[in-house]
Amino acid sequence: MKNKLEKILQNRELNLVFLILILLVVVTMRAPDFLELKNVERIVNDTAILIMVASGQFLVILTGGIDLSVGAIIAFSGMAASMVNQYNPEMPVSLILLFGILVGTALGAFNGACVAYGKIPPVITTLGTMSIFRGLTFTMSNGQWVTAHEMTNAYMDIPKGRMLLIPNLTVWAILIFIIMFYFIRFTRHGREIYAIGGNKIAAHFVGVSEKKVSFMVFTILGALCGVAGVMWTARYAAAVNETAAGFELQTIAACVLGGVSMAGGSGALTGVVLGALFLGIINNALPVVNLSPFYQMAIQGFVVLAAIVANVLMEQRNEKKILSGRRQ
Amino acid sequence: MSKKLENVNQTRLINDSGLLDKIIENATKWEFILVFLFVGVIIFFSNASPYFLDYFNMMNTTFNFMEKAIMALPMIFAIMCGDIDISIASTLALSSFAMGLASSMGAGTPEIVAIGLSVGVAAGVFNGLLVTGLKIPAIAVTLGSQSLFRGISQAFLEDQAFTDYPESFGYFGQGYAGDSLIPFELVLFLVLALIMGFILHKTSYGRKVYAIGNSSTAARFSGVPVNRIRFTNLVLNGLFAGIAAVLLTSRIGSTRPNIAVGWDMEAITLVVLGGVSISGGKGNIFGVIVAVFLLGYLKFGMGLLNFSAKSMIITTGFLLIGAVLIPELLNRLKAKQKLMKQQA
Repeated sequence: MKNKLEKILQNRELNLVFLILILLVVVTMRAPDFLELKNVERIVNDTAILIMVASGQFLVILTGGIDLSVGAIIAFSGMAASMVNQYNPEMPVSLILLFGILVGTALGAFNGACVAYGKIPPVITTLGTMSIFRGLTFTMSNGQWVTAHEMTNAYMDIPKGRMLLIPNLTVWAILIFIIMFYFIRFTRHGREIYAIGGNKIAAHFVGVSEKKVSFMVFTILGALCGVAGVMWTARYAAAVNETAAGFELQTIAACVLGGVSMAGGSGALTGVVLGALFLGIINNALPVVNLSPFYQMAIQGFVVLAAIVANVLMEQRNEKKILSGRRQ
Repeated sequence: MSKKLENVNQTRLINDSGLLDKIIENATKWEFILVFLFVGVIIFFSNASPYFLDYFNMMNTTFNFMEKAIMALPMIFAIMCGDIDISIASTLALSSFAMGLASSMGAGTPEIVAIGLSVGVAAGVFNGLLVTGLKIPAIAVTLGSQSLFRGISQAFLEDQAFTDYPESFGYFGQGYAGDSLIPFELVLFLVLALIMGFILHKTSYGRKVYAIGNSSTAARFSGVPVNRIRFTNLVLNGLFAGIAAVLLTSRIGSTRPNIAVGWDMEAITLVVLGGVSISGGKGNIFGVIVAVFLLGYLKFGMGLLNFSAKSMIITTGFLLIGAVLIPELLNRLKAKQKLMKQQA
């Protein structure tokens, strides 16, 4: 019994679940209707895009890299898809969605090629492409926006429609989560990502190609950003040049909260999703508990820091326990 | 004996290598490429616009990038040790807020400056304690403090702004050194760059920073106080963000919560473009100084020629990637040539 309890305490994801529960209790004490089904559905739907992109960012961080250009890829692919929709209103939205994904994949592949085959460190590559893609978005749209009345209803319904009573956007996030979960856990390429992040040299000697893996993770992240770009512009019914500015930091924060090591090689997808949900709950809770929006940023920063510190302290305590256990 | 002979042979080999090899070898040095680009920018824009090579213009445009350049200096140390500080722009905002508050309560210029600097240091201490005390990666800590610091100034300022600063406070960001046309900000940057360059290249502190960058484990085993140095680096980042806050607040004469948004990335861009390796252990202060003026004058020149702000951003991005890609490709070319020679 005691062993079981300790095992639960050692589980990083469960720690995060506890933190989320504490957060929920605090919020519901001040706003009892926070946990109504409708509101929960809204929170999950609001977090869906973050979950998608963060799970891609997770792969990149697993290899020891980082992608700072996700916000720019989302903006570019979203703008590209919206403009196709604007000028070809008859085109089926499934094709447009596919087009958006392809654009995102291409941009992600460019990042991947620079990192894998050009040997440019990921931070430098994506710091550069962050500017390039954002600038190209502006050039492509000529600084114009695509607004709600220039989009077709079918396009705006991509995330808003419902499948089995669940909003499409949430369905997409769940689907992506399942696919990614399977990919990371049960396929060879998924395990190779962990191998590269854990020990590059060892991975090389067992025949894992670092180049192929890092190209792959950036391309997958690009594809997910492509989905996110279409969803984002359709959901908010506007494609602007500043779409998703600063979003890269949110995806990294979700990973860090979820216990993913920035050095690569360790972390779990469930942790990342919980981290994203944690951020989503904070974002949704602050207006509900009647806090001035001006406080939002400070509280978000404080809570993120507090959660990271709590997570690290729990982990260090567990490590000590494991060590003292061994000594006995 | 045989070892000596080998050495002689090797030196002869290097001396014997052709002119092309020598050019390639030098051209693959990052600083060389930067200086080359800088000269190219100056030549191109002075031909393209008659207003570019004007002493007054060239001095005055430095106002636009000196604050970022100053924040880039301690960032070299942090990045070299494998850390990063993405909260410096928010530290600047917090420090600017504190100065505005002090000024509105009637503080004089010396007090305002002292408060601005100490808030910067406090922010650096806060980051440093979390990073080295709790062993949390710097990127995770400063990601959180980025929202926290800017959020605090936003929570208190709301949609207001402090615009009431004493007249003498304006000197730091608007003044010139003596009777010359050289901005005080430029002089301060050069002095600080000299000091930081001295610390990095001529003191044991600098050697230790390089050692940590090459291998922090090896450094720790050879007695380098790794955590103390990483802590000091983050405090320095806070202090310099405070200095930048004094300059920027003085220059624009107002404090808003959205002051200097995104400048952390710009300072990091300067450091990386300057050839400091993000995986640690490589780089020098000279490269970063050249990168500062290269980007600054490139933006100035493009502005003169009416390029849009977005095309400047795209150029910066390509510069960043190109500055790494070109030496890499040249190196591969060199390796290929060597191989062909060996086969021949």
